[in-house]
Amino acid sequence: MEAFLPSVVSIAFHGVAYGMILYVISVGLSVTMGLMGFVNLAHGAFAMAGGYVLTSAISRLGLAFPLALPLAFIVVAAVSVLLERWLYSRLYEAGELEQVLFTIGLIFMAVATAQVVFGMLQQPVLLPEYLKGRVSLLGREFPLYRLFLIVASGAIIAALWFGVERTLWGAMVRAAVDNRTMAQSIGINTRRLFTVTFALGSGLAGLGGALGAEIIAIQPTYPFEHLAYFLIVVAVGGLGSLRGPFAAALLIGVSDTACKYWVPEFGAFFIYVATILILLWRPAGLFGTRV
Amino acid sequence: MRSRSFVTTLILAVVLLGAAPLAAQTVKVGFLTTYSGPGAAQGDQLDKGAKLYLKLNGGKLPRGVKIDLIARDDTGPNPDVAKRIVQELIVRDKVQLLTGFVWTPNAAAIAPLTAEAKVPYISMNAAGVNIVNLSPYMARVSFTLWQSTYPLGQWAAKKFKRAYVAVSDFAPGHEAQEAFTKGFTDGGGEIIDAVRIPLANPDFVPYMQRVKDSKPDVLFAFNPAGKQATAMMKAYSDLGLEKAGIKYIGPGDITTDEELQGMGDAALGVITAHHYSAFADRPANKTFVAAYKKAYGEKLNPGFMAVGAWDAMDLVFHVIREQKGKIDPNRTMELIKGYKNPNSPRGPIAIDPDTRDIIQNEYLREVRKVGGQLANVEIETLATQIKDPWKEFNKGK
Amino acid sequence: MTSFIGYGADPGIRLIEWLPWLAAIAAFFLLPDYLSLGARVLTYILFALSLDLILGYAGIITLGHSAFFGIGAYVAGILSAKLGVIDPVLLLVAAAVMAGAFGVASGAVILRTHGLTQLMLTLAIAVVCLEIAHKATPITGGADGLSGVTIAPVFGAFRFDLFGKTAYVWCLTVLFASWWLTRRIIYSPFGAALAGIRENRVRMHAIGVPVYRRLLTAYTISAMMAGTAGALLAETNQFVGLNVLGFEPSGELMVMLILGGVGRLYGAFVGPLVYLIAQDFLAKQFPEYWYFGIGLMLVVVVLFARGGILGLVDKLVARWRKQN
Repeated sequence: MEAFLPSVVSIAFHGVAYGMILYVISVGLSVTMGLMGFVNLAHGAFAMAGGYVLTSAISRLGLAFPLALPLAFIVVAAVSVLLERWLYSRLYEAGELEQVLFTIGLIFMAVATAQVVFGMLQQPVLLPEYLKGRVSLLGREFPLYRLFLIVASGAIIAALWFGVERTLWGAMVRAAVDNRTMAQSIGINTRRLFTVTFALGSGLAGLGGALGAEIIAIQPTYPFEHLAYFLIVVAVGGLGSLRGPFAAALLIGVSDTACKYWVPEFGAFFIYVATILILLWRPAGLFGTRV
Repeated sequence: MRSRSFVTTLILAVVLLGAAPLAAQTVKVGFLTTYSGPGAAQGDQLDKGAKLYLKLNGGKLPRGVKIDLIARDDTGPNPDVAKRIVQELIVRDKVQLLTGFVWTPNAAAIAPLTAEAKVPYISMNAAGVNIVNLSPYMARVSFTLWQSTYPLGQWAAKKFKRAYVAVSDFAPGHEAQEAFTKGFTDGGGEIIDAVRIPLANPDFVPYMQRVKDSKPDVLFAFNPAGKQATAMMKAYSDLGLEKAGIKYIGPGDITTDEELQGMGDAALGVITAHHYSAFADRPANKTFVAAYKKAYGEKLNPGFMAVGAWDAMDLVFHVIREQKGKIDPNRTMELIKGYKNPNSPRGPIAIDPDTRDIIQNEYLREVRKVGGQLANVEIETLATQIKDPWKEFNKGK
Repeated sequence: MTSFIGYGADPGIRLIEWLPWLAAIAAFFLLPDYLSLGARVLTYILFALSLDLILGYAGIITLGHSAFFGIGAYVAGILSAKLGVIDPVLLLVAAAVMAGAFGVASGAVILRTHGLTQLMLTLAIAVVCLEIAHKATPITGGADGLSGVTIAPVFGAFRFDLFGKTAYVWCLTVLFASWWLTRRIIYSPFGAALAGIRENRVRMHAIGVPVYRRLLTAYTISAMMAGTAGALLAETNQFVGLNVLGFEPSGELMVMLILGGVGRLYGAFVGPLVYLIAQDFLAKQFPEYWYFGIGLMLVVVVLFARGGILGLVDKLVARWRKQN
């Protein structure tokens, strides 16, 4: 099988690109759930919103790609602040069931709105010329955009980790995740922390959705279709941690791609069974500290 | 005075007697399509085609006969929803004819109802080969995948030796695979490998990688129109399969006219076989497309589903006209079996009296840029007045 | 969440509890054109009852209850379409048994976990079931669904007809039996234990209640009921489609239950009734807005009216009583 090694390289490459986008989208969910203990099933809706902002900005406003990306982040983050202040914050003390129901309701609303405003067809992503085409690496050709995805996601993730591990804000987040009551009693304003963190997490989801619009198509049923994968990344990675979901996302990205290549008839089935087994073995996730 | 009131009464009586035959005979036609959920884009095509026909031809019914098109939403390929809705249409709304249906599973599910209640059904789209065999009251105006794909396979065998088949894993995908495989191998070609891609799939790149590694001459593809078809073509071009000499072909479903513009340059050069292209230049089509654009917007193109709806409505009107609004199920089926229409936007069509399925032309098309837009340009007629090949091969089964 | 049970509550059936059954019988005679819809409502009430038992009473949040519903439906469908078993009673029993078996198996696995992990596992199990049904096309019909499901006339005499008369009465009978059974359960020491586990699990451990076993029992019973509901759907539709499995039917069922009032026996009655009837009329006229409307309703109910419709009724009744 002289084609074997190059196919492994190919799978690794595409799998890593997919996995990193999954991570950028899902990391916000991990932090939100770990920090605020809030089960936000509607997280996918923020990613979808980011995708719509990007595609609309490019095709309707003629905005350049490098400007549309940060726009996706900003718009989604801003909207999430409003949602958090008006709606989410009322349910912080409520039980899990209420949070699940509330966010399911949000998903329904987001899906219906997207359908009414944008129609059912998927949004075409008009990439700038310098991001199209192929590049040669190690004897195989790879799409340039996927390479860009890996690099861009890497940069975002590095910035995020730096922010959480080296800044004061990051320290406050980590403290509040570990022990909220204690953090409050030493004077950390957890309300504002929640809002900022939620905005950041949702903004990242929007950015991830926008970046990944090429490989995860933007259409109204997005939040339903990909909910399972986002939740798996967080559950398998471990709530509240940053590294855990990263490993989980890469694992999922690569194995999903590998399955499609070698055993296409089974694809997603393998991921779900693996998830069940991993969660049974480690209920707190691979790197989580608590459930 | 007595004579005046007598005359008045006489006049009134005459008017009333004359009005009696003018009492509206309303024919209720149930129309099931998809307005919500992921399939709404396709369902919308049926809706646009049917309503356009109704708008332009509503006055062409016999005097006193009206048509009431009762539209319902089946929310997608949900056979149980379809069954429930059709049951309601028959029992509550008392429809006399049934049409519409994007999805084959929905049509299959309601077949027993049409037989039990004797309600003639004319499929505007549902293309599964076996549907019309499920009930003596079912007919189809749209197409079958065998009609387009079998001739495509035969054509491809003349130009290519080795083919790779990549279809989405659902019944139409399997049908397309079977039809192409038979056509290609009957013509002397070799299918080197085939893959069925799960429907709920976000990323086609690994599959295209596998295709590239197998080095075929041609890739036969079939995915649901829209998101999936575009994604696979993008993956195909992203990975450089075109440069590697692998041609991309498939049934016209993958480059359907209403979605084509959104597919971008990835679709250029794709060769398809289908019964309809919005850019065909026969006069009936030019009129149809102009009317469509006038009603729905310059930027929109009608797709094959809109044409299916349009032609089905023509058949419905024919049936109503011939029976002057008094619908008898068996007479309706006789009329359907004898139906011919030389002026459909897709060319001449007819209903096969043996199978109640559609007879039409199939054209070979290539996606080219015409006047700045992407278009399925018809380059040759693959098959003239072809009946459904699957039924030909499976006669007596 | 207010609940309606109490160990001290009188298990006798109050007069007002006969009202739904009288209404159902009246509907049979007064609304002959709507019996198919009625049969559907009754089936979903049974499904909602099963969810209410574990969600409302035992407090287990599951996104995957559709797995049992789907298993029941497919077992009944496959036995009929592929193996020729067409007696409706036999099919119900088989479906309940298989769903119950799966309930024991999956419950044993997931009831030891909690929080997000538990939620995730229920979702994963539901999706795996969907994938299996999707792939096993020769047995389940795959994406096209399982047709060719024939059902023998009930007790040899009542054929499942186009108008849904038999279906309606059949569903009503099965629902009545299940309702009676559920009432017995929740007004029993077992039911009290469930409520206790929901309110304060640690304390229940402390007083020596075998929590895990209670939950597993409740989960299994709930699975059997959901399976029965699924089989009813297969029998009345004579068809089983993939949309009985996966996340969406679970989500929709939760919406119905919340609408009616979770944790209350009759919430499971009111919710599906209102939801399905509203859907029948509104979703036809405004399909996209219907979806939006459901989402909005869900959000509003969770934020402002957590007891659902019955909760609102309670408040109104209390206010009226206070005025008098």
